[in-house]
Amino acid sequence: MKKKNLKKMVIYLVLTGMALVVMFPIYYAFSMSTLTAAESYSYPPRFTTGKNIIENYVTAWKTVNMGRLMLNSGFTAFIVATGKIGFAILAAFAFTYFGDFKGKFFFFGMILITHMLPLPVRILPTYELMKSFDWINTYYALTIPFFASATGTLLFRQLFMTVPTSLSDAARIDGAGPMRFLFNVLLPLSKTNMGALFLIEFNFIWNEYLWPLIITTTNDMRVVQIGIKMLLASEAQAAEWNIIMAGTITAMIVPLIMLLIFQKTFMSGFSLKEEK
Amino acid sequence: MQRRFPNRVLPYILLSPSIVIVIIFLIVPTVQSIYMSFFRVSPFGDRKFFVGFENFTRLFQSSAYLHSLIITLIFAVLVVLIGLSLGTVIAVLLNQKLRGLFVYRTFFIWTYAISPAIAGTIWALMFNPSSGPIVYIIRSITGIGINWMTDRNLALAVVVIAASWKMLGYNIIFYLAGLQAIPEELLESASIDGASGVTKFFKIILPLLSPTTFFLLIMNMLYAFFDVFGLIDIMTKGGPGDATELLVYKLYRDGFISMNTGFASAQSVVLFVFVAILTVLQFKYTERKVFYG
Repeated sequence: MKKKNLKKMVIYLVLTGMALVVMFPIYYAFSMSTLTAAESYSYPPRFTTGKNIIENYVTAWKTVNMGRLMLNSGFTAFIVATGKIGFAILAAFAFTYFGDFKGKFFFFGMILITHMLPLPVRILPTYELMKSFDWINTYYALTIPFFASATGTLLFRQLFMTVPTSLSDAARIDGAGPMRFLFNVLLPLSKTNMGALFLIEFNFIWNEYLWPLIITTTNDMRVVQIGIKMLLASEAQAAEWNIIMAGTITAMIVPLIMLLIFQKTFMSGFSLKEEK
Repeated sequence: MQRRFPNRVLPYILLSPSIVIVIIFLIVPTVQSIYMSFFRVSPFGDRKFFVGFENFTRLFQSSAYLHSLIITLIFAVLVVLIGLSLGTVIAVLLNQKLRGLFVYRTFFIWTYAISPAIAGTIWALMFNPSSGPIVYIIRSITGIGINWMTDRNLALAVVVIAASWKMLGYNIIFYLAGLQAIPEELLESASIDGASGVTKFFKIILPLLSPTTFFLLIMNMLYAFFDVFGLIDIMTKGGPGDATELLVYKLYRDGFISMNTGFASAQSVVLFVFVAILTVLQFKYTERKVFYG
């Protein structure tokens, strides 16, 4: 028993040490966001929090019009996550419930190939395409090119294949058409996966940086990730870390809260995704 | 395959949204990238000349590009090594049946929600030369004040640290999922046979985690090649000099700042070859899992 307790102690100690190291940058960023300008310059650096928190967040918020940026990021991420899930469900349904229609494997390959084409591989032509559509500085450019999802299609296909065939047989005998079956039977069964995928995709788009950087140029269309760059640039001469960190914490708070609240759904989504 | 609705047109209608997006925004631009890599475009983009493989020969004769290629490989290998080794160890510790560990788990997966750009900002603060806490701690221990951001090797090290830190949450999440799949009885019977914790880790857990490790190896490589743009743009802008100018950053600079379209397209094609190799490896070794569940 004693040996076991010792082992427990060691595990707790090691984990605590590691957690402190991993969390320290976030803690320090937060504490920095609460200091006055003078305190933020002090040497040796201050490791405790200060009292200037409200002023800093208000300054950061006003400097880069954070409200608008948050709105843009949130709206974009919501639309993309929803669109991806919708498109993926339709495609997965086509692949699982209609036998071997002509071109099935060709289309399946086409959707899977999105895995192989990250943005840098096609960045210049995609940018030119946006220009020719007149989509620069629009929500169309920020959302529509992301709508196809290989991960989502695989995920829902996998799920639909585990649904007992008796359900679709029963639906057919009852005279229910395929779309009614999709909406009344498959969708309710997919809720957890939809939730998990929504969180993953929302997080992905919220954190996207390169695409919004090249596709938006006006302050009205910028997103929070670019807001940090703007804060860094506007504070460049003085490097006011307290204001920059206030903006940084603001930019990370939404996905962080979502992760913490829906941790369970999130984790289940990941284990499913891995077994795809 | 009894699950079948007798409808010949509907599957195509259902597929069309995804397929249209894939063609317009993914396949056609990729083909154009390849096409453009054989041309030289005038700076105003109004004229272009077919030059064959000249962009590629220029690319591989350019010392700046070869340098970028080498540091990207070094960067990727370091990010993978640090991320996977720390990820495994922390996940195995978190997977022990001990009270309160879920609180720790929450802390460790936190960095998943943080973007590369935000990670870059936070680590720029940690290493900033005037009052960065890490600079300070090292100075008070060793007495040496180092400016990490102006030394070529140290700047690369800082970028590696920031990038690995950001990926740690992701790696731990997947390792935890992989560990859940290891049968409890296996570890228990090993304990009864007298295997120590370390033996179990190396002889049972690590081999059984190898599919997860392989998956994460690919994902971390892709991350190191493609997703760290924001981190570099915020932390170093490729500097000092070109010490941290990774391939994706160089591509952006040549394509969007210098407007060197043909040259940048050739770089896109090289990146495509990388990602194609990685994806083929991934599908080859996880084929059954991917296609037949």
